[in-house]
Amino acid sequence: MKKLGLIVNPIAGMGGRVGLKGTDGVVKRALELGALPRAPQRAKKALEVLKEISNEIEIVTYSGDMGEREAKECGFKTKIITAVENEFTTSQDTINAARKMLEERVDLILFAGGDGTARDIYNAVKEEMVVLGIPAGVKIHSPVYAQSPLRAGKLAKQYLQGKVKLIKEVEVLDIDERAYRNGNVKTRLYGYLNIPFEKRYVQNRKAGTPLSEKAAQNAISLDIIDNMIEDTLYIIGPGSTTRPIMQNLNLPYTLLGVDLIYNKQIVGLDVTEKELLKHISDKPSKLIITPIGGQGYLFGRGNQQISPEVIKQVGKDNIIVIATKEKISNLQGKPFLVDTGDIKIDEMLNGYIRVITGYKEQMIYPIKT
Amino acid sequence: MAINGFKNHPYIPNSVPEVQEEMLRELGLNSLEELHEEIPDELKLKENMNLPKAFKSEYELRRHVEELLSRNKTCKENLNFLGAGCWQHYVPAICDEINSRGEFLTAYGGEPYNDHGRFQALFEYQSLVAELVDMDIVNVPTMDWPQAAATSVRMASRITGRKEILVPRAMDREKFLIMKNYCGPDLILIEVDYDKETGQLDLVDLKNKISNKTAAVYFENPSFLGFIEENGQKISYIAHEMGAISVVGVDPSSLGVLAPPSEYGADIICGDLQPLGMHMNYGGGQSGFIATRDEEKYVMEFPSRLFGIAPTCVDGEYGFGDVAYDRTSFGHHREHGKEYVGTQSALWGITAGVYLATMGPKGMEELGQTIMQKSQYAIKRLSEIKGIKGSLFNSISFKEFVVDFNETGKTVKEINRLLMEKGIFGGKDLSKDFPEFGQSALYCVTEIHTKTDIDKLVTAVEQVINM
Amino acid sequence: MKRIDRNYKVRNFHQAKWDEPIIFELSKKGERGVLVPKAEEEITAVVGDGVSKIPQHMRRKKAANLPEISQPRVLRHYMRLSQETLGADVNIEIGQGTCTVKYSPKVNELLARLPQITEVHPLQDESTVQGILEIMYKTDLYMREISGMDRFTFQPSGGSQGILTIASVVRAYFEERGEADKRDEIITTIYSHPSDAAAPAVKGYKIIYIHPDENGHPDFEAFKTVVSERTAAFIVANPEDTGVYNPRIKEFTNLVHEFGGLCGYDQANANGLLGVTRAKEAGFDMCFFNLHKTFSTPHGCGGPATGATGVTKELEKYLPAPLIDYDGSKYFLNYEITNNPYSIGKVRLFNGVAPVVLKAYAWIMSLGSEGLYEVAKVAVLNNNYLFKKLMEIDCVDAPYIKGKQRVEQVRYTIKKLTNDTGITTGDIQRRMMDFGMHYWTSHHPYYVPEPITLEPTETPSKEDLDEYIETLKHVFNEAYENPEIIKTAPHRSVCHKIDESSLDNPDEWAITWRSYLKKSKA
Repeated sequence: MKKLGLIVNPIAGMGGRVGLKGTDGVVKRALELGALPRAPQRAKKALEVLKEISNEIEIVTYSGDMGEREAKECGFKTKIITAVENEFTTSQDTINAARKMLEERVDLILFAGGDGTARDIYNAVKEEMVVLGIPAGVKIHSPVYAQSPLRAGKLAKQYLQGKVKLIKEVEVLDIDERAYRNGNVKTRLYGYLNIPFEKRYVQNRKAGTPLSEKAAQNAISLDIIDNMIEDTLYIIGPGSTTRPIMQNLNLPYTLLGVDLIYNKQIVGLDVTEKELLKHISDKPSKLIITPIGGQGYLFGRGNQQISPEVIKQVGKDNIIVIATKEKISNLQGKPFLVDTGDIKIDEMLNGYIRVITGYKEQMIYPIKT
Repeated sequence: MAINGFKNHPYIPNSVPEVQEEMLRELGLNSLEELHEEIPDELKLKENMNLPKAFKSEYELRRHVEELLSRNKTCKENLNFLGAGCWQHYVPAICDEINSRGEFLTAYGGEPYNDHGRFQALFEYQSLVAELVDMDIVNVPTMDWPQAAATSVRMASRITGRKEILVPRAMDREKFLIMKNYCGPDLILIEVDYDKETGQLDLVDLKNKISNKTAAVYFENPSFLGFIEENGQKISYIAHEMGAISVVGVDPSSLGVLAPPSEYGADIICGDLQPLGMHMNYGGGQSGFIATRDEEKYVMEFPSRLFGIAPTCVDGEYGFGDVAYDRTSFGHHREHGKEYVGTQSALWGITAGVYLATMGPKGMEELGQTIMQKSQYAIKRLSEIKGIKGSLFNSISFKEFVVDFNETGKTVKEINRLLMEKGIFGGKDLSKDFPEFGQSALYCVTEIHTKTDIDKLVTAVEQVINM
Repeated sequence: MKRIDRNYKVRNFHQAKWDEPIIFELSKKGERGVLVPKAEEEITAVVGDGVSKIPQHMRRKKAANLPEISQPRVLRHYMRLSQETLGADVNIEIGQGTCTVKYSPKVNELLARLPQITEVHPLQDESTVQGILEIMYKTDLYMREISGMDRFTFQPSGGSQGILTIASVVRAYFEERGEADKRDEIITTIYSHPSDAAAPAVKGYKIIYIHPDENGHPDFEAFKTVVSERTAAFIVANPEDTGVYNPRIKEFTNLVHEFGGLCGYDQANANGLLGVTRAKEAGFDMCFFNLHKTFSTPHGCGGPATGATGVTKELEKYLPAPLIDYDGSKYFLNYEITNNPYSIGKVRLFNGVAPVVLKAYAWIMSLGSEGLYEVAKVAVLNNNYLFKKLMEIDCVDAPYIKGKQRVEQVRYTIKKLTNDTGITTGDIQRRMMDFGMHYWTSHHPYYVPEPITLEPTETPSKEDLDEYIETLKHVFNEAYENPEIIKTAPHRSVCHKIDESSLDNPDEWAITWRSYLKKSKA
């Protein structure tokens, strides 16, 4: 018997219908405007697919709105772990529920919500669990969500049946909601979650073996390490693409912070802009960064420590961009973007840059401001 | 002069002018000349290429090519004792029948659904060769034995992270050059000497040259010079002691009677499939294979395709597919890591499968035995000729052997010329590649040679050295 | 009798399905497939059994576990497997884009199977192989004329080995100049064949990819930022796999030459260019042709093949030995190159795959320069006809140079169909098999989303093209109206949807029958 954790964020998606961009912190207002819950329906759509294996799974969930109702309506064997007390559920409820499921060692957490919900799940379980989102929120930037509730249900089913065995680390992205409501879209990288990964088969039987994302990241890191120059400061930007550099050097690292290496030793973890400026003031420096997946932002999204001043002092020639070919192909020809907050710096970066995409393998890619 | 096409050509259905006009109209064009608009004029040819006029009929073409080919002299009309990497064996008729089937002959990159037969035939070839070499993994074939050997040692290099490859001095120089080009500049080939009496790999020299930089020790059985390498177990042991991989190149036609290299410590086995059902084809029948144990660390290093069997959604139905298609090993590694895949010699793989299925265990055993008897007979008879040593080495040979002509006072070149006049192709002249042998030649005797053939050779040699 | 109605547009196809066992399952103890000639008694009388001389530890103890099957049963098995294979002889070959699968004339096959070629040993004296040497020499001459290069080698036995040969020549050239260490970069493009990068990587080169500009041409501005004294070579296809011809190619090759680098032309996509434009005029120093593509020799399930590689006079001395020459009275193998210490030596045994060269020769001789030109024109006509018809379908698009012509193939996208229906290009591929059609997506990664790459060559007739188009339309309609039939496809192919999960699992994968027997459980 497999255990499936189910978390429904009942208020996710309510803002959209009434013209609010997201529900975070404005539930009351949304309800007053006549918003209707959307997540329960979407969660049920996914659960319908899982009905086919209902005798093989037990659903572990929260009471009432947060999953119990949907699970029972679909006729699943259901275990309720806690009752929700408040009238409106809050993000704390999502976090608590996910933590409980971590303790319960469920095989998969299926959650319905939006970008905010994914952030809550991330805060609770980090990369310790396999999760999958049913898209129900207003904002869906994170690839933790399947393309549709139906697809979420199918993928969850295949994973629980052991037909899909691989997992994939994907970005948890969200925008700054306050800025968004003011008309500015600024997506930030908040972390990474593990989702089931269905490989697509029946493709390309004729030529070379493509590298998996992980292997490609590793190859990139070996290229970086083998070409490291002595007595030079390496500023390692955030993201899973830069992580294997630290791992292969057996160094501690922060996934979302900016770390510093000097002669293959760590000299700073999760440093601030101020610390950065101090470090680079007296040493030649190189900056290793990776674009944010799907959008292609090199600067200004999730790495604000790397300020215009830092970029200016490091210099364009010392910026090393790394990205897997898959990541580049996902941009579908769109250029890299920069939004450093300083137009002059943005203009300096405008043009072409070499991107390391593998061991002894590079691409030339455009940057547009 | 305007360029003109050749209308109503039998190979080109749409060379019919009326059809072309209809299609051009569909495109809003008036003539074929308006195609290729993206190619700048300065890059376009202004005149027809200077090539011979086309034959006006299939018959004339056929006459022409047949006439050209009639200038070749074949190993059917003549008695052939050349081997050295391409061997004259009997090709069962069924092999030609299958590899000339249009479906196999003209298939290429279809999916496991519509090319199910291609996948199954290649899976079966892998499985059959696996039985012969007693290993669990065999690849879809590479170009030839040297390519298989070069890839094998590159695999070994990736597995060990080392860059030196020890190879026998007594190997085919062509193979050495191919491996050297494919392995360079990353890997270094270092030659290990052979024992002057036996030809066997010099174990003292091997021990001197092996080190913790050695990725692989490569040796062959039977060796290029034909003798059975008897120290396989010791060589593999020395390699393993130093953390290196034992790679053995093998002539599969010997494996009905000789122990498979897996029995004496080989980690990777490679060789040529040509003896298994391929005509010599002026060297076009070569096809390399690589075999390993079923261990992830080996499987993941294959640059070749590996077809696996798998269930389908229908009970009782066999399906096939590429195993570990996202094989990622090449990218993990540093400068000595990379290889590529591409078109190689799949049709010969299918043919080798047909051959082994036809021969069966008994056939392969009898083949090995016949070859050994006939080659020993040839050595013995040649040795009876004054001035000739039937075998330069005192090791036992499989199907090839070095005939020593030094005391005849004649060069191999001269002897071969005289033999040719008698309708005999003498063995490969080794005087250039192995000057230390003086005037010696590598002779090849297989199951196709009758006693009469061998006796004819002996008589002829006796005559020509005394001419 | 009632007239039988044949008035439907999509073929009511079903592939042969024999439900054939694995060959080992056919084994019956004692059966023999063929008898082997044995040593005559007189020989046995002289040397004994032959095998007892083998040192005991070197003798095979247990017979190989090969199946024992009588000849008719072996034949039947493989005949059935052949029928379960969709070769070009039975299929409208449009769907294997980039592969140039065209008609392989039967007469060429027949000629290549004459004993005057099959029963010839590669080390025979030159005087006994004048026929094949002449054929190879003349084919070299014709290739020179077709490309503008000065000398060809036929040793490379596939396109990738051709690229390896080019990369090896590049390395040798700079080694002789003492620049090998400095010149460590090879530039290619993302729409060139992956082997244009992978084969030079074998020779230790750093690979730099250029992306296309908005027209699908390699981005010249980007190119300018990378060409330098570190550039060893630029290796590129033109047209690339999108079918878009780069009209500024000469500027690219000029720039590389200004910096002292070499230019290699991947002519895998040459079928639309024969007699129209050449490597030389575009400024290339080297090129290769896949004889098994453009020059009609059959693909053979993936070889044997030839990647005929040509170079300019200056680079001739780096080629693998021997070259084939003519001294006015006889053809001979020229080993002079081996005196050059910088020659790359050898890339394949002997002189490559002679029967393939022979078939290419016969093909050229059946067409002449006018015929080759017609091949190119019709291949491009067919492609642009297909292109126009497919672009009229709502869910089909093709990025780049809208409204302009393509050369011999096009990379399409059906992203709209996927967005509308969730059906992917991989799903369509499986469904096309139900109509006896190949359909190919693209190399990885997919820079063009949900791609299809189609290359009709000169072989299909207009009716063939129309049938392919109608079939595609039919399947696209199904995607909207009955997607389930696509998701569960194929239904009328040899086997059904394969459960591929075991193929990536070391505990389960079975690459041979013996491995399958060990690992599978009842």
